[in-house]
Amino acid sequence: MKSTIAAISTGLTEAGISVIRISGPESIDIAQKVFVSLSGKKLSEMNGYTCALGKVLFQNKEIDECIATVFRAPRSYTGEDVVELSCHGGIAVTRDILRAVLNSGAVSAEPGEFTKRAFLNGKMDLIEAESVMNLISAKSSGEAQAALAVKEGYISKQVNEIKTGLLNLAAHLNAWADYPEEDIPDIEPKHLKNSLINASYHLSMLLKKYDAGKLFYNGINTVIVGRPNVGKSTLMNILSGYDRSIVTEVSGTTRDTVEEQIQLGDFRLNLIDTAGIHDTDDLVEKIGVERAQKKLQTAQFVIFIADLSVPSRTDDERIYEMIPSDVPIFFINNKSDICIANNNCDELKKKYPDKNIIATVYTSLKNESNMIKDRIEYLLGRYFIGNDFSYASDVISYNERQRNLIEKTKAVVDEAIKALNLGETLDAVTVLIEEAIRYLAELTGENVTDEVVDRVFHNFCVGK
Amino acid sequence: MSTYFAGEYDVAVIGAGHAGIEAALASARLGCHTAVFTINMDAVGNCPCNPSIGGTAKGHLVREIDALGGEMGKAADACTLQSRMLNRGKGPAVHSLRAQIDRRKYSSLMKHTLELQNYLDLRQAEITDFEQDKDGTWLLTTRMLGVFRAKAVIIATGTYLGGRIYVGEVSYESGPDGIFPAAFLGESLRKLGVKTRRFKTGTPARVKRSSIDFTELEVQEGDEPTVPFSYDTLSPLENKVVCHVSWTNENTKKIILDNIHRSPLYGGKIEGVGPRYCPSLEDKIVRFADKSRHQLFIEPCGEDTEEMYLQGMSSSLPEEVQLDFYHTIKGLEHALIMRPAYAIEYDCIDPTDMLATLEFKKFPGLYGAGQFNGSSGYEEAAAQGLIAGINAALMVQGKEPLVLDRASSYIGTLIDDLVTKGANEPYRMMTSRSEYRLILRQDNADERLTPIGYRLGLIGEERYQRFLHKQELIKEELKRVKMTVIAPSDELSNILVSRETSDVTTGIRLIDLLKRPELNYEVLTPIDRNRPELPFVIFEQVEIAVKYDGYIKKQLAAVENMRKLETKLLPDDIDYHAVTGLRLEAQEKLNAIKPLNIGQASRISGVSPADINVLMIYLMKQRGRTNE
Repeated sequence: MKSTIAAISTGLTEAGISVIRISGPESIDIAQKVFVSLSGKKLSEMNGYTCALGKVLFQNKEIDECIATVFRAPRSYTGEDVVELSCHGGIAVTRDILRAVLNSGAVSAEPGEFTKRAFLNGKMDLIEAESVMNLISAKSSGEAQAALAVKEGYISKQVNEIKTGLLNLAAHLNAWADYPEEDIPDIEPKHLKNSLINASYHLSMLLKKYDAGKLFYNGINTVIVGRPNVGKSTLMNILSGYDRSIVTEVSGTTRDTVEEQIQLGDFRLNLIDTAGIHDTDDLVEKIGVERAQKKLQTAQFVIFIADLSVPSRTDDERIYEMIPSDVPIFFINNKSDICIANNNCDELKKKYPDKNIIATVYTSLKNESNMIKDRIEYLLGRYFIGNDFSYASDVISYNERQRNLIEKTKAVVDEAIKALNLGETLDAVTVLIEEAIRYLAELTGENVTDEVVDRVFHNFCVGK
Repeated sequence: MSTYFAGEYDVAVIGAGHAGIEAALASARLGCHTAVFTINMDAVGNCPCNPSIGGTAKGHLVREIDALGGEMGKAADACTLQSRMLNRGKGPAVHSLRAQIDRRKYSSLMKHTLELQNYLDLRQAEITDFEQDKDGTWLLTTRMLGVFRAKAVIIATGTYLGGRIYVGEVSYESGPDGIFPAAFLGESLRKLGVKTRRFKTGTPARVKRSSIDFTELEVQEGDEPTVPFSYDTLSPLENKVVCHVSWTNENTKKIILDNIHRSPLYGGKIEGVGPRYCPSLEDKIVRFADKSRHQLFIEPCGEDTEEMYLQGMSSSLPEEVQLDFYHTIKGLEHALIMRPAYAIEYDCIDPTDMLATLEFKKFPGLYGAGQFNGSSGYEEAAAQGLIAGINAALMVQGKEPLVLDRASSYIGTLIDDLVTKGANEPYRMMTSRSEYRLILRQDNADERLTPIGYRLGLIGEERYQRFLHKQELIKEELKRVKMTVIAPSDELSNILVSRETSDVTTGIRLIDLLKRPELNYEVLTPIDRNRPELPFVIFEQVEIAVKYDGYIKKQLAAVENMRKLETKLLPDDIDYHAVTGLRLEAQEKLNAIKPLNIGQASRISGVSPADINVLMIYLMKQRGRTNE
């Protein structure tokens, strides 16, 4: 019943290739859930030391093209079944693949856990051990620094508040169980449940902040779409501050997607200007259109631009249709300074009520460049951060390990709530609460059992 | 004064309290010639505090002692006055058995058991001196100048070692109940190089039954039917007595606070560390000042005595103050104190100086158990006594020692906590100390430990066969509930609706019905027509296995992870200061405790996961070097 672990093995920097390593009894099954080989051959049918080219999918979206290498136990680094996914080394892509793998049943590897497993399975010889030693000691000193920052910082305050709440529950439940004949006040089932729901809520807020942190550090994939010559490149240039795209009056000038990372106030945008999407016979342009379609699948924010100055055209609709329904859309009706020749926007809204338009504007990008910048920044803040916390102070530096522990904590807390709802006995609920505390303690590095016991004596008058 | 040579044994046990008894019996039953020394022949198996055995987590310990082949459960069953299963309704993990026992009867039964045991000599003698001979054997000198030689020694001195009693301003050297203390042995141990420290505990007064007015007190009855401690006790026990409940009040509080300066604890006379979970009444009142009242239980000490124990009312205030505050309590207005409450301070050791076998790291052949090791409670003592006795015998016979890990038992958890974390106060077992408590239940102690007891030779063939048969029945019944499909019917629907659980329209497996928290064997009786006639315990085991299946699997997975780390041994000659990468706190803790393996190291408070990684790498490097 040993767990299957996964982590990015190559370090999180921009690189040509990044490797996500999955190790454990279910590594091949898990990899198979996210990876589809081009040849159609299943990973489970492959021998050790063989590889396959294919795609990594997550929630039916293609994330990246990858090479999957299969290692069969005991002939692998860890001595277990191992799959390594070698992908194109963007930070965002690599993390997404890891997330897909974790969502498919793997658990996030602890620092040094592959080595630990290799060690436990007797795979390490002297030379390997020496070389890994360097790697890990570097890693653990980084860990130590990270732990220090966490300890003093904002997140540890949050985590400690949640932990204290859970500790009080655990202490009460334990005092109640360990001292049945003392006059320990009964635990109000409602109070217990509310406290757990409260903890779960705060944990989900923390997760949101991690995700905001991820957006902050990795950038928001922002795709600008619209049919040719509506002003996409103009917007791109407004946002990036210099002529990155060639802006001409001839439609179809931008044949490739243009990618650029820009800072807009607090936000980092991975800006993608796409070729105007319309049916075309021009091969170069056609490839560009396909890319744009693909980019839309990974978009986190879409800016749709329509041209008010020309009569309604069907290709607006065709492009609009391609935007995935859950992605927030900022709808820009451009060229309002020329004339208003259509009411495309209203028609599209009516026809596609499931699209997630978060704002609409009538403007002239050419004349109102500053307004549009401010407007986008405001929208991003409202949509991605919400009004719950101030962006600058509350965002958490993204850390996959921490996020995973918080996620695990929340899962166990939710399990405890479920157990309560089902009417299961409180000994089981107590064990779940303690498991949640243990995960949080893993974040802060404290010892749980002693803490619970100490609290029993601190809060309750018990004894002979 | 000249000594004389008095005899030779394989194993010598110093002290015949709850630890010493189990140690001596285990050692003798494993075939070692064993001597057990008691300061007073009438104090064997004494219960100087509460007249009861078991309680939360302690009840688990007694069941485990019994499952391994120890004596405490059998004796408690034979002397039971009232039996209760605590925490019914709170979940099987925290069900705990507790019995009020006849204190005198328990003591004389244990004494007789020791007397009748083959290979065992019970002797009244105070051990005053103590040294290791050149050949590694131990020489014990008695107050009467006899010298005994033994291959292994188990110290189980309880509160006798350097014992000092405090009652207000009065203080004198004494063991419990006015028996004289072991006044010389402590010095001898320190001379040898054993570090000792002072712990403190206390006990309430005993009052005369006829002086108590029970008329307005709440009565506490025993359970019907009762569950015995021992798997050897095959017939139910009889409840012979009741207990009573009363409460302190504002007047009690006032008297105590007015006289708090007369408490040796608050006056600074006692240096020993007392247990937080076993506070004196003055402690409770000072620490929980906002509480207006505290509960007490009035418990009979036996059938042949009028002494009544006042559980919850331990104190070290002067006798006259005790009298005053007891008299403020309803029912005790005219109570006559037969024995006053007292605090007792005694010598014990730092258990991190010991291995999990309960042998001293520095002194091969020297073992400790019970309060001497820093624990508290009869049951904690007996559990350690059993393990120390087994290991001393195995050592003498040149066999592999027995170490129970945390996942196997509360006994293992208790010992691991003691030797890994140490004890800053007398250690009491609690269910909250076990991270595996859903699998370490009092109801499955036999499943966990009886095969070990049998392999050791402490569990006889007849009992083992009975155990195997029980396991077989459980397996078969589990199979039956998995295979049985119950057809939908009005009768079934009625049951489901009345228990407020969802109705079924198609056939459903019996196991899926049993899984529902709202249902159990009892309510399903009418529709489970092919149910075989089986003892209650079989159904109980199956029901728990079915209902807690998810949790049990989860805990077993955690156990497996832990056990893997326990197989990574740490050599005892590592100088942790020389391990680069370890934080200073971790270096110091590791050097002090010298954990046997990575698993144990990871449980030391102050050793972080990052430190464990460093240790693993260090181990790999060391292993590489020795291979070269």
